[in-house]
Amino acid sequence: MIAHADTIPPARHPLIAWILRWILTTNHKEIGTLYLCFSFLMFIAGGAMAMVFRLELAQPGLQYLGADFYNQMVTLHGLIMVFGAVMPAFVGLANWMIPLMIGAPDMALPRLNNFSFWILPFAFFMLLSSLFMQGGAPNFGWTLYAPLSTTYGPPSTDYLIFGVHLMGISSILGAINIIVTIFNLRAPGMTLMKMPLFVWTWLITAFLLIMVMPVLAGAVTMMLTDRHFGTSFFSAAGGGDPVMFQHVFWFFGHPEVYIMILPGFGIASQIIPTFARKKLFGYNSMVYATASIAFLSFIVWGHHMFTTGMPLVAELFFMYMTMLIAVPTGVKVFNWVATMWRGAMTFETPMLFAVGFVVMFTIGGFSGLMLAIVPADFQYHDTFFVVAHLHYVLYPGAIFAMMGAIYYWLPKWCGNMYNERLGKIHFWTAVFGLNLTFFPMHFAGLGGMPRRIVDYALPFADLNLVSSIGAGILGLTQFLFLYIVVDAVRGGSGKATGQVWDSAEGLEWTLPSPAPLHTFHKPPQVD
Amino acid sequence: MSESHDTNGTPRYYVPHSSVWPIVGSIALFITAFGAATFIQQSTDKVLTATGTYGGIIFYIGLAAIAFMMIGWFGAVIKESLQGMVSGLLDQSYRQAMMWFILSEVMFFAAFFGALFYARLISVPWLAGAGHKLETHLFLWPDFAETWPLFMTPGGTATEAMAAWGLPFINTVILVTSSVTVTFAHWALKKNQRGALQAWLALTVALGIIFLILQGVEYVHAYNDLGLNLSAGIYGSTFFMLTGFHGAHVTLGATMLAVMLIRILRGHFTPENHFAFEAASWYWHFVDVVWLFLFTFVYWF
Repeated sequence: MIAHADTIPPARHPLIAWILRWILTTNHKEIGTLYLCFSFLMFIAGGAMAMVFRLELAQPGLQYLGADFYNQMVTLHGLIMVFGAVMPAFVGLANWMIPLMIGAPDMALPRLNNFSFWILPFAFFMLLSSLFMQGGAPNFGWTLYAPLSTTYGPPSTDYLIFGVHLMGISSILGAINIIVTIFNLRAPGMTLMKMPLFVWTWLITAFLLIMVMPVLAGAVTMMLTDRHFGTSFFSAAGGGDPVMFQHVFWFFGHPEVYIMILPGFGIASQIIPTFARKKLFGYNSMVYATASIAFLSFIVWGHHMFTTGMPLVAELFFMYMTMLIAVPTGVKVFNWVATMWRGAMTFETPMLFAVGFVVMFTIGGFSGLMLAIVPADFQYHDTFFVVAHLHYVLYPGAIFAMMGAIYYWLPKWCGNMYNERLGKIHFWTAVFGLNLTFFPMHFAGLGGMPRRIVDYALPFADLNLVSSIGAGILGLTQFLFLYIVVDAVRGGSGKATGQVWDSAEGLEWTLPSPAPLHTFHKPPQVD
Repeated sequence: MSESHDTNGTPRYYVPHSSVWPIVGSIALFITAFGAATFIQQSTDKVLTATGTYGGIIFYIGLAAIAFMMIGWFGAVIKESLQGMVSGLLDQSYRQAMMWFILSEVMFFAAFFGALFYARLISVPWLAGAGHKLETHLFLWPDFAETWPLFMTPGGTATEAMAAWGLPFINTVILVTSSVTVTFAHWALKKNQRGALQAWLALTVALGIIFLILQGVEYVHAYNDLGLNLSAGIYGSTFFMLTGFHGAHVTLGATMLAVMLIRILRGHFTPENHFAFEAASWYWHFVDVVWLFLFTFVYWF
């Protein structure tokens, strides 16, 4: 029998009791909600910074920002979106859904779960406070390259370093919790190869987090000692090498890229079968493909630094390994398409986002293959082509997956259906806005427009104006999304059934909607 | 506190009360991190806003808050365990979590070992003109010659190397021995021989402390006699960061084992139920294995 407690003695003022409940909670659903709300807040903050620099880039020349503040905005935009928006949002979904999908009463270590969430607001308070410090916020890009971050970094860099340490602790503890929950708390009969793919992809993601977040901690620690204690890790005069920072950073950074996309693969694999009304095509191959991608992610980091000085042999190795990733990724894309093949498809909002994910993530994948070719990369490196590529895999990749997930599971969480019409409008405006923003960047980049520079040559003016208009539209769609979610929580378009979607399969749909605070007191039997 | 058995008596899941310790821990970590950044800036040359020493005070308050949180949080868990609320499933979760935590620690050391191997195999040879980096050598530091340990950096800082077969070897013997004694302690615990358990564990803690003292002696020798310090180029950087973080982990491991000793003296743990002891001893084996790599690649070869 589950043992749980009413959280707070009822004598307190209701507002204080309400606040304390959220601060002290050990419930996976409440912590999941906290993660999702926090990540949306960070998404808006990071998005606001993108609005600032897109406004600047709308015209050539310097209009509103100085070069230094532009660099600060770009740096914080990257850091906040990666560590504050995408990663916590996926952890929030994991918190909500993994116990429901495997028939567990909660996460394996509920107090640790609370700990890993509540570290985050403090970490980001520290990161954002750097904006108001003397010398301004960090201005060397989210990749923190030495010597920009060591010899030339502003004083606030030290707060960034310790902020990254806090985020790392949060991620590692969260990942340990997820991995232990999955290994230990599955309902009887749910063997590993019967787990829903969202659970599988998160299991592998959690493994990647445990493997690489400590490496990032090591990298920023070396930054700190190079800055203050006279070490020479990234200084050639002492026998070190600035390029070594890039090696250590990208050993973390490339698996990090898959940390941000693998749960999205899992979500697409949940949504598409439901609305195609067929079983997922090639379940086993999906699992093996995910594991292969995770393995390969450890031996491709060099493709981020083809132009920074590596022996030819290493460049060839990293090129071939990178191209090899296209094979398991291709397996996944073909499996999603084969699942849809001859299915009785309907296009509710979650399905629209999932199909949009498959199509546009594939565009980002193809531009990734172009970047993997060493001689071609010498041309593309550090241009807007890279910006286009990474935003195609992150926006219609990671963000579309999580928005699809929210539309898909929101009725289960709050018990109400969202407004389907507005959901479809959200999808199509987002598709329009993001392609308007990011597609022209391909051409600007191929034409030679460098990234991370506040001004650009006149021939790129039209493309950048189009990108900026698209960015404005994309920014506005976030408020439509917020309205749809709030509206659904407050009643939406009527009550949802327990099943919600007529052909959805999985343990979470056996529960009533909204899912009660404590579920699966007794583990369900899975055949 | 909650029950661990359902109506038909099968213990299965344990979902704890809402707890105050995580938020205490988050605030403590924040104070520590903020204090550390301020402390470092105020005690080195890059002053952020005001000169002063309050950064250090904030940092130590943060550390004290972390200690307070750990005592409170672990205390609550120990109380639950003594009341028999830790079911087999929760015990298994704790075990797996500890193993994954140790893996994350391994990867932290991997970053620094990566830096060591990069310096030894790539950056130092390149600076001396190996591979396709001949111009770097000719134009920047034509007099630089490759050695390891790096006696003279390209910039001209000189140092001597730490010999492997003096104190470091004695420390290796001490740490390997302590790994054996902690295993004897574990066997004694499993056979419920409390006297032997206490003796072996106390010996382990003592060996850990001796190791740390000898490391301190070695650091003094390095700074005073060899000119080997953090600023002595990449050899000094990797030497002190690797041995320093290892020493910090030994301190943590010895503290964990000392806490286990206190708990054992108070009669905690049974031959069947002693996860905390095992976790501390796994951690001890982990710092031992890291030391073997350190001895091999930092001191010896």
